[in-house]
Amino acid sequence: MKRLEDPRLLRGRGRYLDDVVLPRLLAVAFVRSPHAHAGLAAIEASAARAMPGVAAVITAAELRGLVRPLAPRLAGPGFTPSAWPALAERAVQFCGEAVAAVVADSPYAAADACEGVRVEYEPRPAVTDIDGALAAERVVFRRAYRHGDVDAVFAAAPIQLRERFTHGRCVAAPLEPRGVLADWDGETLTVWSSTQIPSALRSTLAASLGLQETHVRVIAPDVGGGFGLKTHVFPEELAVAALARLVGRPVKWIETRREQLLAGAHAREQRMDVEVAADPSGLVRGLRARVVADAGAYHIYPLTAALEPLGSAAILPGPYRAEVYEYEAVAVRTNKPPLGAYRGVGMTMGAFVMERVLDLLAERLALDPAEVRRRNFIPREAYPFVSASGLTYDSGDFPKALEQALALADYDALRREQAQARAAGRLLGIGVACYTEYTGMGSDVFRRRGMHDVRGVESATVTMEPDGGVRCATSFPSQGQGHATTIAQVIADRLGVALERVRLAPADTAVAPAGSGTFGSRGAVSIGGTVAVAADQVRARLQVLAGHLLEAGVEDVVLEGERAYVRGLPDRAVAIAELARLAYSPPCGGLPAALGPGLSATVYFDPPGPTFSGAVHVAVVEVDPATGRVRVARYVVVEDCGPVVNPTIVEGQVHGAVAQGLGEALQETLAYDEDGQLLTGTLMDYALPKADDVPAFEIGHLETPSPIMPGGVKGMGEGGTIGAPAAVANAVADAVRAHGVRITALPIRPETLRAVSSQG
Amino acid sequence: MNDVALRLTVNGQPREGRCAPRKLLVDFLREDLALTGTHVGCEHGICGACTILVNGEAARSCLMLAVQADGAELVTIEGLMRDGVLHPLQEAFREHHGLQCGFCTPGMLMTALDLLHVKPEPTEADVREGLSAVLCRCTGYHGILKAVQAAAPRMVTAAHQGRNA
Repeated sequence: MKRLEDPRLLRGRGRYLDDVVLPRLLAVAFVRSPHAHAGLAAIEASAARAMPGVAAVITAAELRGLVRPLAPRLAGPGFTPSAWPALAERAVQFCGEAVAAVVADSPYAAADACEGVRVEYEPRPAVTDIDGALAAERVVFRRAYRHGDVDAVFAAAPIQLRERFTHGRCVAAPLEPRGVLADWDGETLTVWSSTQIPSALRSTLAASLGLQETHVRVIAPDVGGGFGLKTHVFPEELAVAALARLVGRPVKWIETRREQLLAGAHAREQRMDVEVAADPSGLVRGLRARVVADAGAYHIYPLTAALEPLGSAAILPGPYRAEVYEYEAVAVRTNKPPLGAYRGVGMTMGAFVMERVLDLLAERLALDPAEVRRRNFIPREAYPFVSASGLTYDSGDFPKALEQALALADYDALRREQAQARAAGRLLGIGVACYTEYTGMGSDVFRRRGMHDVRGVESATVTMEPDGGVRCATSFPSQGQGHATTIAQVIADRLGVALERVRLAPADTAVAPAGSGTFGSRGAVSIGGTVAVAADQVRARLQVLAGHLLEAGVEDVVLEGERAYVRGLPDRAVAIAELARLAYSPPCGGLPAALGPGLSATVYFDPPGPTFSGAVHVAVVEVDPATGRVRVARYVVVEDCGPVVNPTIVEGQVHGAVAQGLGEALQETLAYDEDGQLLTGTLMDYALPKADDVPAFEIGHLETPSPIMPGGVKGMGEGGTIGAPAAVANAVADAVRAHGVRITALPIRPETLRAVSSQG
Repeated sequence: MNDVALRLTVNGQPREGRCAPRKLLVDFLREDLALTGTHVGCEHGICGACTILVNGEAARSCLMLAVQADGAELVTIEGLMRDGVLHPLQEAFREHHGLQCGFCTPGMLMTALDLLHVKPEPTEADVREGLSAVLCRCTGYHGILKAVQAAAPRMVTAAHQGRNA
């Protein structure tokens, strides 16, 4: 089905952050540290202030007392807080950290003036990797967990594996970079931000700047992709808001791509040491894991550095039955940008490790990779199932999903093809990966993790206007996921009006009720829990009104085709638009006493979850031994997100997420030298997947409804990025297995695979 | 340095303006001509979001100075629709879910237009190679490829019927 948001975007009439212009608007550019770690001895800005077009140069000194830094909280032991300031004050902690802001009448003049700001740095030694940070005891988060008699299971296990897996640093890289515009009129701060979390941003800005939330308005215009990067609050957002107050004019900052690679939130970097205890049959009995994430210089707001290592450790058991498990999740502080959320956060690494481990186990026991998974799956009838890490999986059917995926891929034929290819000297590999994914999390999940600055609640208002058109405003905006269309479907279906009669309001805290935002695959679940419920409430009011007018019982009123009619008597009808008119202009004699005027409902929803969706991925790759380049020849996904509201949008999410996962697995690295200098600072060096890097995708669906979520719906936006690195890693490992090349690190680098050819 | 005057044709309309010699063409389009459909995704010539047609060929407007376009004929995303009707490429992108967030879409459409001018009947490999000039982070290119392949024969037909496709 065609999306409602497309015609505008296709005509170039989208309105993204940089398209927003206000009278008297000034441009902001940041002076950023060239050192990974240095004291700030002095900042000399008078020359810059005198440059043409410059309105102000602001340093931390001017912001003192105006802006509180970003200091997310995490309850429980093992947490060392940090405070990320709007502008660095006494020292810089990573290369790219902002030390001053220039406000000028154009971005060109602002960039010129940045060159004129003289900063006296006192360089200090930088800590730039996990080992260095551990040696210096720079642990900012540590949590241990133990379930069952782990030692006994390991002592008794005839099969044991031990391996270290690593994941490099990458970045979400939405095509639209970050950007903020702020305007202060003396009473109200209005902020446009390219954000996934306008409601949470409003709260954070209000608290940081000492304003009431009623006096802060946050608008997220069209957002050109987020993928988790924009689910944080950044110092630049605080700084730009403060600058608007200081300068007394609207100010706008648009991030350059270089700035994003250098100073936006990064993702993933961690290592996991894992031990596996198994039976000779291939059944995994127990797991031990130690995860250490390189969290960068500060805790990311509001999620903290716990997000990645805790998530990886918790999801490790996956859709499998391991009985005992102990883990330690650690985050260490380094002189690199903070580690934040990126599609699949905390799950991609867990799936990569578990799926590699199962393949290593299969190899050891001479089992087919598919067979070792069959032997370990939680059977469908065992759900709800409490995993060894204490997660309650509400639903799933992995045995069925696996068989469906193998059939779609024609797995047996693939294995025959592989045998022929190998005989011909070609390096063809097949990889299978299965994962379960926490989605649609409510407040309880965040509170249990100790995260107090993530609300977990969402909301929506559905209003039928006096002409019968319907307006919906939500706390969870779209960054391309097509909410306007899906929400219109849900509402039109319930209120009996045409799709085109429903409009999703812009993401604006002035019209939308409060909530959390769009992250963690919560869109579909949130629509089910808020929009659908609010629409049902409006529907009930329409039925009462129609029943009153048509002299029929409420339960006999049908809403369909823009009309309300009595069931079985289609001629006894009233137009829905007429009902809407009457709701705001009551007829002679008034509305039924129990009804009252108006047709609007606001619903707040705290998801009773997580609910767990899942998928099986099958990747077919060919490795070129001369270059080490990996070509992905085929890619099959069978996904299960429960009942699907809009298949086009669900498949689009899978395509995009898998492509991102392929980039993560094979191409993307934010490389640093030992001094903490970024070596991959442009898109020439940081290689995102292009059209000729990805294969065609083959997708199958399975629907195992969630027993706990409204409509049985589960989230699914992140899944592809969770499964793809694991499936590709297994496929590459399968391709080069005979050559003794170990695949234990992401991304998989060509030089690792070129070792194959040097061995002959 | 003093501003320089330039005259050019944009989407069939004569336009003129004055700007600094160092001003990028994409900034001139967006700020001076208020044509904000052309986007800046990387400002160093990799992502392709800023792609427009310059004298009939795809060009990255973030790598050109505005003064280099003096006297040129430009087509931007705003010039794609004719007489209130979506261009066959735009229609195909809508039918095949060729966009999600929409940020790369203008550059992707202009690049596809250039590709189909050069290769009216492209193979899938041609389309993949041709569109590898533009990054999309949302779609995995799946819907985009389908859209361009679907639009190709329609544009050939439209060209035969004498319409300006």
